[in-house]
Amino acid sequence: MLRFVVRRLLLLIPILFGLSILVFFWVRALPGSPAEGLLGERATPELIAAYRERYGLDEPVYKQYWSQLQSWGHADFGTSAASHREVTDEIKERFPATAELAIAALLFAVTLGIPLGFFAAKNYGGPLDHASLFISLIGISIPVFVLGILLKYIFSVRLGWLPGTGRIDVTLVPEQPTNFYVLDAIITRDWVALKSCIEHLILPAIALGSIPLAIIARITRAAVLDVQNEDYVRTARAKGISSLIVDRRHVLRNAALPITTIIGLQVGLLLSGAVLTETIFSWPGIGRWLAEAIFNRDYSVLQGGILFVAFVFVFVNLIVDVIYALINPRIRVS
Amino acid sequence: MEKGAEVRGTLVSIALLLATCLVTLGVAGAGSGRGTLVFAGASDPTYLDPALVSDGESFRITEQIYEGLTQLVPGKASTKPELATRWNISRDGKTYTFFLKRNIKFHDGTRFNAAAVCANFNRWYNFSGPFQDASATYYYQAIFSGFKRNESSSLSAPLYSSCRAKGQYTAIVKLRRKNGPFLPSLSLSAFAMQSPTAMKRYGANRGELKGGVFRPTGSYAFEHPTGTGPFKFVSWKVGEKVELVENKAYTGDNKPKLARIIVRPISTATGRLQALQSGEVNAYDLADPAHLGTIASNSSLKVVNRPSFNVGYVTINSKLPPMDKLNVRKAVAHGMDRSGVVRSFYSGRGVVAHEFMPPGLLGYEPNVVKYPFNPERSKALLRAAGLSLPVEIDFWYPTGVSRPYMPNPKLNFEAFAASLERSGFKVNAHSAPWRPDYVAKVNEGSAGHLNLIGWSGDYGDPDNFVGTFFQNYSPQFGFRNGTITRLLDAGEQTINAKQRSLIYKRVNREIAKLVPGVPYVHTRPALGMQKRVQNYIASPTGSDRFFPVSLGGQ
Repeated sequence: MLRFVVRRLLLLIPILFGLSILVFFWVRALPGSPAEGLLGERATPELIAAYRERYGLDEPVYKQYWSQLQSWGHADFGTSAASHREVTDEIKERFPATAELAIAALLFAVTLGIPLGFFAAKNYGGPLDHASLFISLIGISIPVFVLGILLKYIFSVRLGWLPGTGRIDVTLVPEQPTNFYVLDAIITRDWVALKSCIEHLILPAIALGSIPLAIIARITRAAVLDVQNEDYVRTARAKGISSLIVDRRHVLRNAALPITTIIGLQVGLLLSGAVLTETIFSWPGIGRWLAEAIFNRDYSVLQGGILFVAFVFVFVNLIVDVIYALINPRIRVS
Repeated sequence: MEKGAEVRGTLVSIALLLATCLVTLGVAGAGSGRGTLVFAGASDPTYLDPALVSDGESFRITEQIYEGLTQLVPGKASTKPELATRWNISRDGKTYTFFLKRNIKFHDGTRFNAAAVCANFNRWYNFSGPFQDASATYYYQAIFSGFKRNESSSLSAPLYSSCRAKGQYTAIVKLRRKNGPFLPSLSLSAFAMQSPTAMKRYGANRGELKGGVFRPTGSYAFEHPTGTGPFKFVSWKVGEKVELVENKAYTGDNKPKLARIIVRPISTATGRLQALQSGEVNAYDLADPAHLGTIASNSSLKVVNRPSFNVGYVTINSKLPPMDKLNVRKAVAHGMDRSGVVRSFYSGRGVVAHEFMPPGLLGYEPNVVKYPFNPERSKALLRAAGLSLPVEIDFWYPTGVSRPYMPNPKLNFEAFAASLERSGFKVNAHSAPWRPDYVAKVNEGSAGHLNLIGWSGDYGDPDNFVGTFFQNYSPQFGFRNGTITRLLDAGEQTINAKQRSLIYKRVNREIAKLVPGVPYVHTRPALGMQKRVQNYIASPTGSDRFFPVSLGGQ
């Protein structure tokens, strides 16, 4: 297992190296430079020329890449042209926001999706199965931004039940040692802050979790249907073992493998940053930050941010593979 | 049966749990503490050292923390005393003697006095290294030009010469030459007075250029901005909020009525509107004109207008034939249905513009030559220029942007193109994304014969409008006129307001005669806010002061 993990970690190096080349050349293929993006109406030709000179954009591309690689080697991802802050500081500020939203969305998707899929399979062909299919189709079909705007309009603007922007009530001044607000509220026993954090998470988590919910429900349904028709399950039922025990020990345990895989994939995708959801709900995460960086031609943010997101995605998939191996002894042996 | 009951039981439990959560959770309304204003801007500030920023969101914060020697009259572009109670100007116009307010302290308890004034002027003058980058000290360079030791050949000779403290409360500032915009520009937040002690202690003069980007490396600009203003800095959580509290030790004229201000960034106009509607903010800026009806129709909300301080115009590139001919430029002016565009696309918030600066500003000339929409007149002018109709031209407009003077550029373009085609032109349409391409193309003169653009003023001086466009040759207009340049130089070097007014009025008459471009609209941007927000006075420059604002009952 250790060799497996080490091998996968070492694979990260060529992956990130290849990605760094792709990202580096991609951002420079975009028309314009940070100067035009940032100076706006004040972007005179002289200012733009001065900017290009300072950025080294007049140098040959391979020299620019080599210079960039050297910086990255020192864990220096540069300074954001928009915010003038270090890219690493920005990532440290924003990633907890994205992670918190991703976890909430995943909890929503898993908590509802697995039971929905399980009971749909148990009620195969029945009304619950059809209802589950309908819900899954809705979840997959409605674009996230439509759902997000609808949720916000109904529950925040019209009913006033839930807030629609930000991570917490801005009038509160809680202690935030980790920048994971829910965790911070629990650690510091700030129940007012905890309530506010959870309120702010509900709508974006539902919007973001709708597609994973649909996917997890369908995969769970299919996996449970597959497993419960296996001989060993039918034998267990025939022996008179209670349905609850059969479902728990045999059906769910064996159906967990594909479900775990799909959840792992969703984790990676969610942690990559949900641009639309973060923009609609003014959530200060990685996704919105990267989207704004494209408009600003903020090279440092694009390069550093995309590499970070890629690292997270690959790392999470590695963790999923390890969990998969732990669950499935056959994977361990092979 | 057993399975069905099991399933139903589980579903009912889940539903009850969700319902309980929804019922017990409630919305924490904005401003739930009495006297806390929650205001939504479009983005985070850049940093909080006003000498080093040039964006509106940074100034939104610094306007509350700092004060300058002069300030804008609330709601107007004219200036009045602030930390300087009065001033004398020498006969040669180069020496300003400022008499300062007494018993004023910075937020760190240190005294505001003449030495502090000189410390601030000298700080700007002595900026070196990365601080001389245009992105670091845009406004200093715009007004004062150069530094004590210019490190780039693109910098001009500095305007500033020296500052001397005469006693505690008299500061004598010497300039190298007369300069009309100097005094009005002191109302800019960029020239606010900052605590020399705090700046030294927290490394305000430490900065670097990294990867072409300037950033301060001391903590002053991020954690310790220290002025004399009615509000003090508390904290800044990037992406979430900047928090200010009332300065209880404030002894100036602008006493605050709010206990706390929280400014939060919400990047989209729709997001800001929804936050207002749901009560998460008390007020917001940069309201989309299309949303103003929604705000006005809500019984608990209101629209607050910002006085007009911008101009939308069509550039005419005189370098490109046939625009080098005056008659052709006049034909363009007569061929654009400006009234129709302003009436149709500005929701009643625009007025037709006839010159490159808004009404009310010093030097505005109501009697410039005007060019009413007249297709026949336009055709006649084109024929008189020796051209056969239709005259083919390239007309550019930006995409992916909404500006205060141009909420929907495409609509403006389509209407203007249609009216020009009735007036003897054949319009070839071109567009480019505002960021990063369009503005650069306009500024370098590669955006066709005509292009849509505009300008919002920074401070209350005509030089900030017509001087910016026409004092020096720019590839954008491809236009140079000796008379206008001489007049603008004279206006810049004249101190007397009456004389300056006469000069700039003449400038505006000359510009209107020569048609280097066609101004078409001045607009009134708007803010949305709850009706309980009282005494909000919107500044034409966007630098609103929150000190008179109070919050009434819910």
